[in-house]
Amino acid sequence: MGNNQSAVVIGGSHAAVQLVISLRQNGWQGSITVVSDEPYLPYQRPPLSKAYLAGDIAEEQLALRASAAYDKLDVSFLLGVTVLAIDTDNHRLRLDNGEYLGFSKLALCTGARARTLPIAGVDLQGVHYLRNMDDVKGIQQSAVSAKTAVIIGGGYIGLETAASLTKQGIAVTLLEAEPRLLQRVASQPTSDFYQRLHKENGVTIRCNAMASALMGDTRVKAVVCSDGDSIETDMVIIGIGVIPNTELASAAALEVDNGILVNEFAQSSHPDIVAAGDCTSHLNPLLRRTLRLESVPNATEQAKAAAASICGLQKQYAELPWFWSDQYDVKLQIAGMNQGYTDAIIRGDITSHSFSVFYIKDTVIIAADCINRPKDFMLAKKLILHNAQIDPVILADETTELKTLLTEH
Amino acid sequence: MPVINYIEANGTEYSIDIAEGVSLMQGALDNMIDGIVAECGGCCVCCTCHCMIDPAWVEVAGAAGAEEAEMLEMIDSRSETSRLSCQVKVTAAMEGMVVHLPESQY
Repeated sequence: MGNNQSAVVIGGSHAAVQLVISLRQNGWQGSITVVSDEPYLPYQRPPLSKAYLAGDIAEEQLALRASAAYDKLDVSFLLGVTVLAIDTDNHRLRLDNGEYLGFSKLALCTGARARTLPIAGVDLQGVHYLRNMDDVKGIQQSAVSAKTAVIIGGGYIGLETAASLTKQGIAVTLLEAEPRLLQRVASQPTSDFYQRLHKENGVTIRCNAMASALMGDTRVKAVVCSDGDSIETDMVIIGIGVIPNTELASAAALEVDNGILVNEFAQSSHPDIVAAGDCTSHLNPLLRRTLRLESVPNATEQAKAAAASICGLQKQYAELPWFWSDQYDVKLQIAGMNQGYTDAIIRGDITSHSFSVFYIKDTVIIAADCINRPKDFMLAKKLILHNAQIDPVILADETTELKTLLTEH
Repeated sequence: MPVINYIEANGTEYSIDIAEGVSLMQGALDNMIDGIVAECGGCCVCCTCHCMIDPAWVEVAGAAGAEEAEMLEMIDSRSETSRLSCQVKVTAAMEGMVVHLPESQY
């Protein structure tokens, strides 16, 4: 780890920030450069669809670290610069400003981008995706004069956006192609709750509804659905998932399969290249399967492993995935991954704004959706890590303190 | 800017200038204080920015909100003066405040 070594990070992300800090903490003495195609120092992404869009926090409050922190770490940034190619033979990057940037070690923190909707009219003014700061600035501009909005996609981004726009007095209609909201990620009780919550707040939700075209001259005026129905609107936000940014890796002949393939040490198939965050498909040793996650804790914890690998150390990334979502006054915290669950146990009153859904697979708790139940969430994480087997009747019984269940395991 | 004194479990002390309105968590992160992890970045959802306000400063720091209090209940290393540092915003009255950090955030 001599002074003449250079570490380069592609992407100005949550993963990138943790990675550069961990590099210094691990004793990296060479140079560190972050190349980001965005013009901003790394910022927090989760509030973009939540508090920032709703106008509750200012742009300055989104900074992941004060710029002085990067000076202390001796980390330099190339902002607004896109990497065109990784030249692995010569250990250098080709940049869109015509220059080359050499590296001894490279970290790919390229993240993901919004999946585009292949229908007519998506290029009209007033049509937005929501992934980065500029997207949200565009949405906020449209929202100033908008009375109505249509959101396409009933996943977490679409729902959070619906809540944030509703808060600004905009009448929101949300279209979901599947029979229920959050179909891909949550059980029926959780879906039902969010359907009810949004209705209570005045959002019109249409399930089994596909947008087939966006209409307007220069600015969007209406969304045409596949059943022929037309919804007039002042703006449209599309939130139908993301695609990992793997093109640079693929072009450099790294192994890619729904994400840049890395092991539990965040190492790619190239010995001098690591990757972390949304862009990776990684082996999770706890769950014993390959995951591609879209979450901040994944980005930061995997980045620590990536930084260790760059420094020649071994730090395994083996964490239980977890997620959260803020909508209105409701905080959802999700522990674990519910794929393959055989039973969903409800703890609390499903008609209230405070209950949990515990996902059971073959008698073991594998995940939990905790709605305004921070204690359940904290405990669920521990129960899942302990592979706890708990009688569903006891789990559903609110008179049993969850904490006592943990001590029995 | 008020000076906040962070003391890690191993005794390491940091005296740090933090602008008013910035959270104790962000102040720690900006100065690479290891004892604060802050997995969620300050949204009161992960419990990895736990700190213990020095007893002399409890009133100045204020009490935890309902949601925060529930999260704190689940932390093994909590004390009577525990707070989530993301929820404590620095004010002028905190000049010289002492904040203790736990051995581990997990």
